[in-house]
Amino acid sequence: MILETRDLKKYYPITGGIFKKEVGQVKAVDGVSLKIERGECLGLVGESGCGKTTFGKTLLRLLDPTSGHIYFDVPEEVKVRTGEKERRHDLATFKGRRLKDMRKRMQIVFQDPSSSLNPRMLIKDTVGEPLKVHGLARGLELRKRVLELLNRVGLTSDHLFRYPHEFSGGQRQRIAIARALATEPDLIVLDEPTSALDVSVQAQILNLLQDLQKQFGLTYLFITHHLLVVEYISHRIAVMYLGRIVELARTKGLFENPLHPYTQALLSAIPIPDPEVRSHRTILKGDVPSPIDPPSGCVFRTRCFMAARECKERIPDLVSLGDEHYVACHRVRSKSREPAHPSQNDVKR
Amino acid sequence: MPKLLEVEDLKMNFYTYEGIVQALDRINLNVREGEILGLVGETGCGKSVTALSILRLIRPPGRIEKGKVIFRMKDRLDESKQGMNLLDQDEVFMQKVRGNEISMIFQEPSAALNPVYSIRDQVSESFLLHREKELCQKALKRIEEDIKKETFFLKKAILKMERGIYLKMIENPSSFFLKFLSFIPGVRRYNRRVLEEAKIESIEILRILGISHPEEVVMRYPHELSGGMQQRVVIAMALACNPTLLIADEPTSNLDVTIQAQILDLVRKLRQEFGSSILFITHDLGVVAEMCERVVVMYAGHIAEVAPVRSLFQKPLHPYTQGLLKSVPRPGRKDRLQSIKGSVPNLISPPSGCRFHPRCPSVMTRCSGAKPSLKEIEKNRLVACYLYHQETEKNDT
Repeated sequence: MILETRDLKKYYPITGGIFKKEVGQVKAVDGVSLKIERGECLGLVGESGCGKTTFGKTLLRLLDPTSGHIYFDVPEEVKVRTGEKERRHDLATFKGRRLKDMRKRMQIVFQDPSSSLNPRMLIKDTVGEPLKVHGLARGLELRKRVLELLNRVGLTSDHLFRYPHEFSGGQRQRIAIARALATEPDLIVLDEPTSALDVSVQAQILNLLQDLQKQFGLTYLFITHHLLVVEYISHRIAVMYLGRIVELARTKGLFENPLHPYTQALLSAIPIPDPEVRSHRTILKGDVPSPIDPPSGCVFRTRCFMAARECKERIPDLVSLGDEHYVACHRVRSKSREPAHPSQNDVKR
Repeated sequence: MPKLLEVEDLKMNFYTYEGIVQALDRINLNVREGEILGLVGETGCGKSVTALSILRLIRPPGRIEKGKVIFRMKDRLDESKQGMNLLDQDEVFMQKVRGNEISMIFQEPSAALNPVYSIRDQVSESFLLHREKELCQKALKRIEEDIKKETFFLKKAILKMERGIYLKMIENPSSFFLKFLSFIPGVRRYNRRVLEEAKIESIEILRILGISHPEEVVMRYPHELSGGMQQRVVIAMALACNPTLLIADEPTSNLDVTIQAQILDLVRKLRQEFGSSILFITHDLGVVAEMCERVVVMYAGHIAEVAPVRSLFQKPLHPYTQGLLKSVPRPGRKDRLQSIKGSVPNLISPPSGCRFHPRCPSVMTRCSGAKPSLKEIEKNRLVACYLYHQETEKNDT
């Protein structure tokens, strides 16, 4: 396990009035507990505004979490004595030098490469900056390393002395990836790296990311709203809705047997590029509720087609249903319990 | 099926400082009555520009060089029913066509709506522009009812005067008398009943589009609505006058999948209800597979292939379509994606001949020469590629 979050929360304050008093909170990430294994690609799926980007940024401490713990690459022997782990290895409490050292090992690739690259910096400076900041290389060696990185992502020495606007979207995203690779990180957060790109270029970038993962044993957190992309690249998928994880499973398990009603609706809504397949569609009513004032109990209950009274009263926990499949839904749990007791029909047979 | 819209040899350029961008080059397509035609391609291949050219909404530095856009209208404007070339018509005529006969759903709903006008104002605008007479007649009926109900003689007299004004409005909406009235305080807002009727119509169409509490929504401003709602309002504006042809320019690409599913479902229902033909522009092949009956594939300002949707996905003919279909992740398949090498060419100096030839896996020497024309290979299937031209030529000899 390379990364673990425990009950991670990030609330944005809403200020109002003449004294900028806090009048409310946007619960962007509301109690997320996740584990990411070394070398895997975990897909984080959800609609816009569900808190997936905030979660990714909080992991890297680009945003300070409101509460909760982040453990990044805690050594095995520490894990035994939990008390120590709580205090000394919680990334959420890191400061200064320790934080900087940790950041060297986690990097992020942002959604829109045209805004994540500085338009006034040459490519060699952009890609070399992390190396300089962390003091990993200087002078000629820096030059060599930058070229090496560019070669890895499929660019050449011709591109060294150019500015971002001279590149196409796909090439820019390659540069952003090269920059993320510069410090040889263990974990890369990919925040919608292909959603600004065309399909044919998207395929190039996805293939590149897969190759890099194999080559360097990288761990990815792949944040996206595009379900077919996430199915292609991820080993496990976490589905997020309004700041909470509603379902977590292996990719195959999730696509073959989605349990949470939100996941079912989400999967049935994907337009499949094959006219022969006309799947039955569960169309959700209404819009995502506001995260300022989320519904009580299960946050999905306002749009859910199997909501009951129970859903209004209690917040469902993420519970394992075997085979690494976790669901946060009262109704699914009560359903899955049924087969455990042989029903009358079974007895008759 | 009869053809509703025919675009013939359309060519348009943008005259920029860096050079002439040849955005569209010899575009040929047709939309048949009652069908959904998909227009697919990557960013910058000229999909939206084609739509704008049809509506003559191209602004300088863009200019339509040559070509024809032949449109067969419903009875209202065109007596001959032969179809007329929209590129020859004057601006006044085009304003009658836009929103009335051909209307468009724009890509970004938050940009397509004016932030300083309420939803009511924006949706009723198209009613007021194209259906003023009908609204006046409805208002007149209401005045008659009011006259019958009213007992106090003075109010009755005022209502009768109002009836006079409305009769005048139906008769000649641009008369000097009405212009004169609009300067007099007190009677300046003589047309408020028409606005009221337009509001009722707007509420009605929003209700058809599945917005709950349309009476309240109609008084709000665009920023108060979510993306899905905004898109519904934009669709309402487009459908207000029951157009013959609806151009939907990436109506769902900024929306979430669940909202996208709602909107697509809606568009499909509306087509059955209103019977409009739809030109559906998108880059999402999944949406194409779901929505369209025929597909036009565009690449760098050229049309690469035209085919019915099933045969396109089963057996894509043009190498670009093949590459495009291979690069899409599909459900349940984990094999490596195959991408098209290289990137989209700059249209200031496009490659000679077939614009796809520098990236094409099966390129021949002929490809860089003259541009291959669209040829019918099978029934309803047109391809612009020399690979297939050879076959037909061999068959001929």
